[in-house]
Amino acid sequence: MSLISTLARLEAVSTGRAQPAATVRHRHLGDHPLVFVPLTTAGEAGAPLGALVGTDRDAPRLLVVPQPRDRDLRFAFLAELADVVLPYIDGYAEAVEAAERTETDPETGKRVKVEVELCADAPQLIVPSRAGIDLVRLLGRSMRFRRTAEQDPEAPYPAPPRVPLLGRWLTHFGERARVPGSSLLLAMTDVLGRHWAIGQSTLEDQHLGALLAWIDPPEGVTGAEAALRAELERDERGQLTCPPAGPATDPAFDNKLLAPAIERYDRARTALAAAEDGLEADDRLGALTAAEREIRDLLLSRTRPTWDAVWRGLDLLRELPEGAHVEERWTRDRWSFTGHRDRVLAGEPPQPRRDDAVTAANKLATREREQARLEAQEALDDPLVMAGRRLAGEAFAGEVTDVVMAYSDGKRPSPRPLVTVRTDDRPQLGERTKVYRSLGGKPQSAEFVAAEEDGACVVLRILDKMGRGKEPEPGSVPEKGDRVCFTLFEHEQRGGAKLPDPEETPWTHGGPPGEALPEAADPVTEEDVL
Amino acid sequence: MTTVFDPSAAAAQATDAILHDTLHGTARGVVVDSPPGAGKSTLVVRAALELAEAGRPLMVVAQTNAQVDDLVLRLAEKNPELPVGRLHSSDADPYDKALDGLENVRKSAKAAELAGLAVVISTAAKWAHVKVDEPWRHAIVDEAYQMRSDALLAVAGLFERALFVGDPGQLDPFAIVGSEQWAGLAYDPSASAVTTLLAHNPDLPQHRLPVSWRLPASAAPLVSAAFYPYTPFRSGTGHGDRGLSFAVPSDGSGPDRVIDEAAASGWGLLELPARHTPRTDPEAVQAVAAVVRRLLDRGGAATSERSAAPSPLTADRIAVGTAHRDQAAAVRAALAGLGVPDVVVDTANRLQGREYDVTVVLHPLSGRPDATAFHLETGRLCVLASRHRHACIVVCRAGVSDLLDDYPSTEPVQLGTVVKFPDGWEANHAVLAHLAEHRVVWRP
Amino acid sequence: MPPPRTRGTALRHRLAELRGPDVPAKALDARALAALAANPGCARRAILDGAGVNKTALASALGSPSAFGQSQFALTRGNAFEAKVKADGGAELLRLVHEKLDRSAEPPADARVPDLTATGPQGRTARTALELREAAAHPGAWTLLDHPMLALDVAGSPAFLEPDAVVVHPDGSWTVVEIKSFPLLDGSADPAKVGAAARQAAVYVLALEEVAVRLAHETAPAPRVRHRILLVCPKDFSNLPAASAVDIRKQRAVTARQLARLTRIEDIADTLPEGTCFSPELPAEELTAAVESVPATYAPECLSACELAFHCRARSRETGAVTSLGRPVRAELGGLATVEDVLAAARGEAGDPDDPAVAALRRAAVLRAEALEAACR
Repeated sequence: MSLISTLARLEAVSTGRAQPAATVRHRHLGDHPLVFVPLTTAGEAGAPLGALVGTDRDAPRLLVVPQPRDRDLRFAFLAELADVVLPYIDGYAEAVEAAERTETDPETGKRVKVEVELCADAPQLIVPSRAGIDLVRLLGRSMRFRRTAEQDPEAPYPAPPRVPLLGRWLTHFGERARVPGSSLLLAMTDVLGRHWAIGQSTLEDQHLGALLAWIDPPEGVTGAEAALRAELERDERGQLTCPPAGPATDPAFDNKLLAPAIERYDRARTALAAAEDGLEADDRLGALTAAEREIRDLLLSRTRPTWDAVWRGLDLLRELPEGAHVEERWTRDRWSFTGHRDRVLAGEPPQPRRDDAVTAANKLATREREQARLEAQEALDDPLVMAGRRLAGEAFAGEVTDVVMAYSDGKRPSPRPLVTVRTDDRPQLGERTKVYRSLGGKPQSAEFVAAEEDGACVVLRILDKMGRGKEPEPGSVPEKGDRVCFTLFEHEQRGGAKLPDPEETPWTHGGPPGEALPEAADPVTEEDVL
Repeated sequence: MTTVFDPSAAAAQATDAILHDTLHGTARGVVVDSPPGAGKSTLVVRAALELAEAGRPLMVVAQTNAQVDDLVLRLAEKNPELPVGRLHSSDADPYDKALDGLENVRKSAKAAELAGLAVVISTAAKWAHVKVDEPWRHAIVDEAYQMRSDALLAVAGLFERALFVGDPGQLDPFAIVGSEQWAGLAYDPSASAVTTLLAHNPDLPQHRLPVSWRLPASAAPLVSAAFYPYTPFRSGTGHGDRGLSFAVPSDGSGPDRVIDEAAASGWGLLELPARHTPRTDPEAVQAVAAVVRRLLDRGGAATSERSAAPSPLTADRIAVGTAHRDQAAAVRAALAGLGVPDVVVDTANRLQGREYDVTVVLHPLSGRPDATAFHLETGRLCVLASRHRHACIVVCRAGVSDLLDDYPSTEPVQLGTVVKFPDGWEANHAVLAHLAEHRVVWRP
Repeated sequence: MPPPRTRGTALRHRLAELRGPDVPAKALDARALAALAANPGCARRAILDGAGVNKTALASALGSPSAFGQSQFALTRGNAFEAKVKADGGAELLRLVHEKLDRSAEPPADARVPDLTATGPQGRTARTALELREAAAHPGAWTLLDHPMLALDVAGSPAFLEPDAVVVHPDGSWTVVEIKSFPLLDGSADPAKVGAAARQAAVYVLALEEVAVRLAHETAPAPRVRHRILLVCPKDFSNLPAASAVDIRKQRAVTARQLARLTRIEDIADTLPEGTCFSPELPAEELTAAVESVPATYAPECLSACELAFHCRARSRETGAVTSLGRPVRAELGGLATVEDVLAAARGEAGDPDDPAVAALRRAAVLRAEALEAACR
């Protein structure tokens, strides 16, 4: 943790209220995000118990698995989830704009520009906490290899038609969420924690209720008090008044409320199955419906507070102006979305269980590049982030005190003006260290020449972006009295080297993986949890 | 043991076996583990020359430009006639200017312009952009343990077979983003190149250089036991072979006493009073600078197997090692204040592969309120404790053993990954316990 | 070196007093081991666990009940899974041990599954040791010990441990088996949970090694306790067992070291006022005073490991300790340890400006204020 954010957290402790950790919003927020508040059954890997889902904060859709061990009920839940999520995703697949992409021509091997479609906007999924993102991945993994009756008439327990497709999409969202700065799938706790410094540890920041209490406490109490209450307060039945954001439920809820309700539901179901005539069946169906209603009410009572909290979090985030580079990063999300749309349309198989060597290396390279991009862009967009970089000696700001014109050697001398900057910062500059400043959104580079007055003045030589002529273009060289900010980190990221195609994986990495076989479905057993 | 250990013979035997496997073996790869100062560069140069002599086109992959330039210079020194290509980037100042003075070294940013030369050398990053129709018959991959698996993936298509050389005890490569999702896979892109190579090719011949020519007899056993528990090595020199003496006698101060202790035993610990400090602890930084100043002032002379006459302990034979860059900057400033401008001060990362007569180390855990995985990383301590030919002086605040005892052990475990030894905790304790025997307590 | 017997007895007596009259010692369970791993330097945790105090009851009595609970769904599921793994005389479990750890041995058939029932933990421990000795007398056979009981000397008093299973291989070596209910998904599992399981297994290995040493005699060396344990988990989304061998050498070394350091609890006990007692029966005020008489080193990691965490957190926050925000927070603060000290230094009201920590804080405060002001404009 940097000293500036430590200081912010300590100020939060001292004032009892969250302190700003950003002055702009560093993540994209769409106009119609799909909020997903899932719950799972304890002790089973991601077995769904219920969820609130939807794009309308006043009309969430409640999905419930009244008996989590019943395969048919779980499938019904997933099918219903697909009915909500897939049309939402489809809604973004249609509207496209023309764009260009550089591709390698398979015949000539040359890099050529091709016209392609780019979806004009992309869907956005919001879950309450980081554990919610893990669940999205887990659900994706559990569904994408399922076989529907149409795909495989012999399959035991065929999945409902759209479930495997939902699995592929959730997998895509989950995988994209690992890319730094992406916004296709966001955890509310992470985004809030990025923008506010809370007076507690980062471990405790995963509690959405506590986080919101710090940021926006109710009248008359401090954030600290409200957060403590959100974390620990229980009602007369021993239930947390602010239920955990899930997907795990509170054991006290499971044991005291949910388990008896599920038992009643089971009994009602057994009774219905044993009904001997229509009249009796009608009665018992009523009892079953009532039992199911009771479970629905219970789950609603656990998810609704979280649902409201997520929307409140969105409100708070929308009050911050969007960072200048957020749009550009969202465009990358749109490319990612469009790419997956195209793979689905082209009938490609679902994502494999494990990446091959080349795919894994490519993903790592992309993520490292995006991480560096994110760090640079956040600093450029937000003076508070830049302050942290300045404190770390990775940037410096100050006033230009002197400009001396100079030229490069050679036949056609180019301008290489020497600029002196007076700064209170202590950048870690070494011989000829390259530094960059933003000039009309583009990075202009300079190199360190000398430090004067015990480091209070830094002399730089400007290297580029001054036009082709002998004299620099107007405005391309800082002038005496200008406030400037230079960074030691680059503003734009270079693309990495191209890796071999997977079929050309070298012997050091196991050689070519061979013909890709369609991934087998998970074997179905009597007691699967998903 | 009944026979007397003959370091030269043991080293020669190992080198012969490596060269035999490289030149005449059938395996596509040969892996060589080289502990600190075991003659890795000498081996690489020799293998390169022999491969070139055998008429086999050779590419050499190193990790940094400094390493590449160093290899080119060494090759030219051994065989000035050999046509060598230095493939470099298109950035400004892409290579060491000293290369311009070498007649048979051609430099270019384009691989095609270096085609046909006996040896072409570049960094892994630059090689990754090279495309060839016909792969090189042979490659040498230097510092292979510091190379990431994905970097090897990018260049492995360029050669048919390769000699992989590196030091497994130094700092591991790292990724700036999480890579847990691939943990346990043989080709985890964030793992070291050698890990991936051996996971896929477990039958490759593996060798080890058994003798450190750098580390003195006082240091090799400790470094070997603490950082290479399963692959021990010996010192090439005996206890009497090296000596460090000073013309000016001790003035009784802490720095002088620790210098004398280190001169006599090879190790010295200058222990400052226990206190929690920020990284750039002014007292510790001053203490480091004072030790360096006194090392120079006292007219040190080093005797070794290299020459009959003692050689003076000059500024270029001393280095200061730290864990963080801001510490290095603070020490540089303190040294400048004492009028010592030309002693190398750097972090462990940058000192990898370098060698000095005496090193002064600011202990990574000195004054820290808490230990972190970064500070406990064995590679960091290993680098800092294995750069010296004569003596290593560590400056540290008291209380580090307690800090180690309080360090939580809640590391996650990834299924399918090989457990890496030694454990940072154990290695730190081993080094501290040894240093405690050479302790000079000082209150500045 | 074990402490002399008389001292050991005295300590045991002292620890019994700390627990309170007639309060039985609590076993060193998985949670206590996790707390030890998360905060080995905490004196309060050390003395409470060393004395076998029931920290759950203590936390409730202090008015800061712990948040650890188990859902009955998880419990049912876990029990069902373990029963399935051990069904048919442990056939599946032994098959997995053979496949993952000992392929060169004869495949297990007709394994011995001795009855380990006995009265009380001492009785069960003795019974387990007896059956281990018995297994050594049957070379070439597989033996499965289902829920054996082991004792480990922790700070002079025996702590009882109950591994899920121990398997004796035909070559006489022993393997610890851990059965967990988190899934092994496509061959990998939650690394934090695997780590906890490995640390737990390491304690069992240490306890088994003590038993093994006692089995050694002139004609036979001590049986080997394997340092690769078997972790059995549900496979993917099913409840079919899948297994993975886990190398626990590191965890074993760390735990051995930490347990060795536990002897310090004698020293901690010596610093306590005469008559100190942690019995949950005592009034909250008295209990609070007793708990406060031994210092804690609270860190947020305690929240997921120690029953007393909420109590200690409240105290830590009251005193304004910066570590209540996490251990790493202190890294750049040097000697400044409280929130107010740090803020006063940052505001320029206190602290030595030549101290780099103070200087950096002031610089940070200025930069932060400047950035926030720039944003408002």
